[in-house]
Amino acid sequence: MLRASVIVFPGSNCDRDVKVALERITGFPVNMVWHGDASVPASDLIVLPGGFSYGDYLRCGAMAAHSPIMRDVIAKAKAGTPVLGICNGFQVLCRSGLLPGILMRNASLKFICRDVTLRVDNDSSFFTRCYRKGEIVRMPVAHAEGNYFADADTLDRLEGEGRVVFRYCDENGEANEAGNPNGAQRNIAGICDASGRVVGLMPHPERLFERALGGTGGRRMFESALLAAVEPMV
Amino acid sequence: MSDTPFQITPEIVAEHGLSPSEYQRLLKILGREPSFTELGIFSVMWSEHCSYKSSRVWLKTLPTTGKQVIQGPGENAGVVDLGDGDAVVFKMESHNHPSYIEPYQGAATGVGGIMRDVFTMGARPVADLNALRFGAPEHAKTRHLVDGVVSGIGGYGNCVGVPTVGGEVNFDAGYNNNILVNAMCVGLARTDKIFYSAAKGVGLPVVYVGSKTGRDGIHGATMASAEFDDKSDEKRPTVQVGDPFTEKLLIEACLELMEKDCIIAIQDMGAAGLTSSSCEMADKGGVGFTLNLDHVPQRETGMTAYEMMLSESQERMLMVLKPGSEPEAEAVFRKWELDFAIVGETTDTGRLIVTHKGNVEADIPVTTLANSAPIYERPWFPTQVPKLILPEWVPAPNAILDTLKTMMGGPALASRRWVWEQYDHMVMGDTVQRPGGDAAVVRVHGTQKGIAVTCDVTPRYVTADPEMGTKQAVVETWRNLTAVGADPLAITDNMNFANPERPEVMGQFVGSVKGMSEACRVLDYPVVSGNVSLYNETNGVGIPPTPAIGGVGVVPDVSRMADIALKRENDLLIVIGREAGHLGQSLYQQHATGKLEGAPPPVDLADEIKAGRLVRTLIREGKVDTVHDISDGGLVVAVAEMALAGNIGAELFAYEGRLPGYAIWFGEDQGRYVLAVDPMQAEEVLERARLLALPARIVARTGGDAISLKGETALSLTDLRTVNESWLPGYMAAVQA
Repeated sequence: MLRASVIVFPGSNCDRDVKVALERITGFPVNMVWHGDASVPASDLIVLPGGFSYGDYLRCGAMAAHSPIMRDVIAKAKAGTPVLGICNGFQVLCRSGLLPGILMRNASLKFICRDVTLRVDNDSSFFTRCYRKGEIVRMPVAHAEGNYFADADTLDRLEGEGRVVFRYCDENGEANEAGNPNGAQRNIAGICDASGRVVGLMPHPERLFERALGGTGGRRMFESALLAAVEPMV
Repeated sequence: MSDTPFQITPEIVAEHGLSPSEYQRLLKILGREPSFTELGIFSVMWSEHCSYKSSRVWLKTLPTTGKQVIQGPGENAGVVDLGDGDAVVFKMESHNHPSYIEPYQGAATGVGGIMRDVFTMGARPVADLNALRFGAPEHAKTRHLVDGVVSGIGGYGNCVGVPTVGGEVNFDAGYNNNILVNAMCVGLARTDKIFYSAAKGVGLPVVYVGSKTGRDGIHGATMASAEFDDKSDEKRPTVQVGDPFTEKLLIEACLELMEKDCIIAIQDMGAAGLTSSSCEMADKGGVGFTLNLDHVPQRETGMTAYEMMLSESQERMLMVLKPGSEPEAEAVFRKWELDFAIVGETTDTGRLIVTHKGNVEADIPVTTLANSAPIYERPWFPTQVPKLILPEWVPAPNAILDTLKTMMGGPALASRRWVWEQYDHMVMGDTVQRPGGDAAVVRVHGTQKGIAVTCDVTPRYVTADPEMGTKQAVVETWRNLTAVGADPLAITDNMNFANPERPEVMGQFVGSVKGMSEACRVLDYPVVSGNVSLYNETNGVGIPPTPAIGGVGVVPDVSRMADIALKRENDLLIVIGREAGHLGQSLYQQHATGKLEGAPPPVDLADEIKAGRLVRTLIREGKVDTVHDISDGGLVVAVAEMALAGNIGAELFAYEGRLPGYAIWFGEDQGRYVLAVDPMQAEEVLERARLLALPARIVARTGGDAISLKGETALSLTDLRTVNESWLPGYMAAVQA
């Protein structure tokens, strides 16, 4: 049994997509939790989906980070419940302090929607255990504000602790400018907290989890979660 | 009746876009002088935009029925049966005038408005498309307009979370002062859960939901019914401002309420806002409405009845509820943090009675208001259609491949990736064919069925011959749907023309309707919704006639589709369809001579049906998974696009027939497809075409990393891709001279 909860903020628009991906891959029903609720029911993992929570009118993710449900998400995360933030969900994780850094406007100043190649730099987090370190996978991005920024000390610490989960890369796995869609510092596409249980990333794994959609690059994030349910992390 | 703030003078009547004879008609209906609010109401209801007064007599001649049609024109959107209880709901609508004045908001609110037309009917929007026409690249305003319109479409659609999966972008000097922004939305509903706008029943609550009413967009419909002049920039305050976040909430709230048994009728407040929504709901239901404007949620203070009735503030809906269901309905809208207000009641008086602060501000017989708009049979001249030209009359190129490279690197054929990468085309997780092919396909959620969507028109063909050109536009959408393996079902149309009071413009419109009628009738591909945008003209110069066609089809099983990308080396490319080397009005002619001359390529509907049926059958049998329809630029461009999409080259076989070779490679003959076929299957495909008396021949073999042709320098895919992908980003990045 895997009890997954997806938080629905007003303006979330990938909530259904991630629910479908989780249910199809894990085989267990997913619980949708409204932002105004006081608490998340007991869950093995929580997902903050993509979209434009509260319209992103006051900086992306900023309002959602202070919504009633986030108090409980933060408490549960600190108590060890795994949390995955995708796109806007990653922005919310940063705004709520569960992950360091912020997401700024893309360097191009344009919204960008396309497949990117990612290099797996951490294959031990809760959501990446089914990948192999150094592997190159394809997932789509769709954002206007995905340009990861943190000060040099924070970036050094993240890298030193192996907490960069995915990096944008070219087709050969080089994390260079050509492979960077949004100007992110050190090509960072996703990071995790010190425990490896809170993961945030800009790409959308739920959009490429079956062949019919054009690829399966994101599938193993959800398989990793399922594996963890059977074989808990130490 | 409240005191009219000032005397209604002929000048005020004229400012409201009403002719003296239309004003006389108004006086006769009311039997007295109108109040200022009433004058405003009549002016918007009788505007071209709302009343279709110039086009109605001709629109009535379009074929709008078929066994697949659940709802044709006349509602917010058309509804077509998809089988298994599923229905597809769709419509295309223009936002041309506002987008020229304020490109970001104009385009954004165009997207918002068309989505509301679709979810009003109980459908969840699942795909957006847009047909965009801009002026010449070198025109001073073009870059700014492209940037604003594309950002606006993306800014709205991306936030709402509906994928923008297709469309077209053209550049032509004919649109220098009047761009076209046509937005199409496609939604999915259950056939037993379609909602309509007829407010049947007396004593029912009339409810306003969504955003608050402000002063924005007052007289937008009237603006959209007049040509531009040098002072058009002053019309900026008539452009509405969009709020996609509220739209997203409104979609969720409306669809949630539609699951319950509360709604009798529902209508979005689009052009002419509260006026046209209340008037249409009351008229269709055969009832009267009282509206108490004191209860309308207002964003600004001190708004008058006139302003509230004419405001085009976005993201608002009007509903008539079952009595007693108000608390249940209100709870849904409160959950989504949207306004909910009971603003009136249906009555048996047959009158629209508007009160504000205790005064009656309007008292108008509804049916008369809705149906008394003047209908004009405007005089028209048929367009003088140029004669067909022979291929030899257009000079030969020095080299085919070099010309191909130049054309693929120019504004007409360059990749539109810069545009569609700014649109979220994958949200909702069902996009199984992305932009860049012949048609996009989205799955019917939770099933293996797909909806194929496309939009098309070739204005240069329509300019030369409105009837044939429009026929071509219809069949091109039909072919695009066929090329992915879909059964074409129905179309929506967006008729963009200049000033219909000029007989030559009206003649273009009439020709266009005739061509559309014939194609739709023969192909059993009816028109189920549409929009007419006239007066696309500035200082007497009109746009090229542009009847944009949005086509929708059904793919029975998305695991049996085709797309344009070459997939294997050593496949044979087969052209199906008649080749005549037609170069009149072709991109090659324009490239080679700088002019567009002669008749556009003729369309043979009987051959279209045969070729379409064959292509679909081959796809369904699993014999073919790679198909591209041949259109702009002809065969060689189609092959090049297939090669780029699959990153596999092609060796073109020299043509040895009786026509000039370049006319075969660049001719824009209609009714043709390129299929990539396994060599073992090639003979069978050729034979099956032969049995249908359809010409078919092998034109190339796939493989390598270049496009090659005997006697010419090969064109590497890398070089071709570079020129094809770099034109638009390069153009947009360049600093305005």
